[in-house]
Amino acid sequence: MTCTEFLALLDDLIDDSVSAETRAQLQEHLHGCDHCEVTLNTTRKTIEIYRSHEIYDLPDGLRQRLHAAIMARCKKGC
Amino acid sequence: MSTIQPIAGELEPHPDVALVEQVRAGDVSAYDTLVRKYDRQIFRIAQHITQNREDAEDVMQDAFLKAYEKLDQFQGNSKFYTWLVRIAVNESLMRLRKRRTGRMVSIDEDVETEEGSVPRDLADWAPDPEQNYTQSELGEILRKTIQGLPPGFRVVFALRDVEGLSTEETAETLGLSVPAVKSRLLRARLQLRERLSRYFRQKKAPAGAKTGESRNEK
Repeated sequence: MTCTEFLALLDDLIDDSVSAETRAQLQEHLHGCDHCEVTLNTTRKTIEIYRSHEIYDLPDGLRQRLHAAIMARCKKGC
Repeated sequence: MSTIQPIAGELEPHPDVALVEQVRAGDVSAYDTLVRKYDRQIFRIAQHITQNREDAEDVMQDAFLKAYEKLDQFQGNSKFYTWLVRIAVNESLMRLRKRRTGRMVSIDEDVETEEGSVPRDLADWAPDPEQNYTQSELGEILRKTIQGLPPGFRVVFALRDVEGLSTEETAETLGLSVPAVKSRLLRARLQLRERLSRYFRQKKAPAGAKTGESRNEK
């Protein structure tokens, strides 16, 4: 398996949607390739960081204000 | 004959279905519940696409109002949430278009980049790299980094990886094919990874450490 072939399956590996056989081939490639190991680990970390950090927070005050505006219009039939 | 056991999950209607029915029957407070349930997600998605706080506020209001008005058109063969997200994505793209007057903006824009190339940046990251930054610094880095992605990549990453929609739901929401979503997701993930490497890479490799040399040919 080349790095390009590995990369084509990177998402499926991260999303855990590869067959056991393909997984074994990917693991075998990883054992000998620091480059792809780093790519896999840091891509996983990228997703994890974006998932676990709220970068677009909706503050309570703003949330209440928007919420009140939405419901007021809905009650009037929009 | 043994007693027939109910099949858990599969046949259970989604709790939103009952809320939607209540709203249709004239119970506005049921809509209040739906708004509270999904407002943070809708605001986040709008921010991801528009990259503008005021636009995101407008999108959030307009998306919920539009969904309320069009509730009769909601078929129930998709989840209420993905239906709502589709409305919010369309509203967001409209706002983005207004900001970039004279330029067409769609989720098909700016996606023609080199396909399947092996990442160049080989540096490994520091362990728990986010701990080298304060929460506000980290927020700034993450916002700045995702802002640099083309809208068509940003939205796929936001729906699939941040909001946790499935590939199929993301495709349905955006009107894209599953292969198109997968291709954009891979490129979005790799581009974000590469951009974040500027901040998260190990400062200095110890002597004799791995060089990360590409072994593409082996």
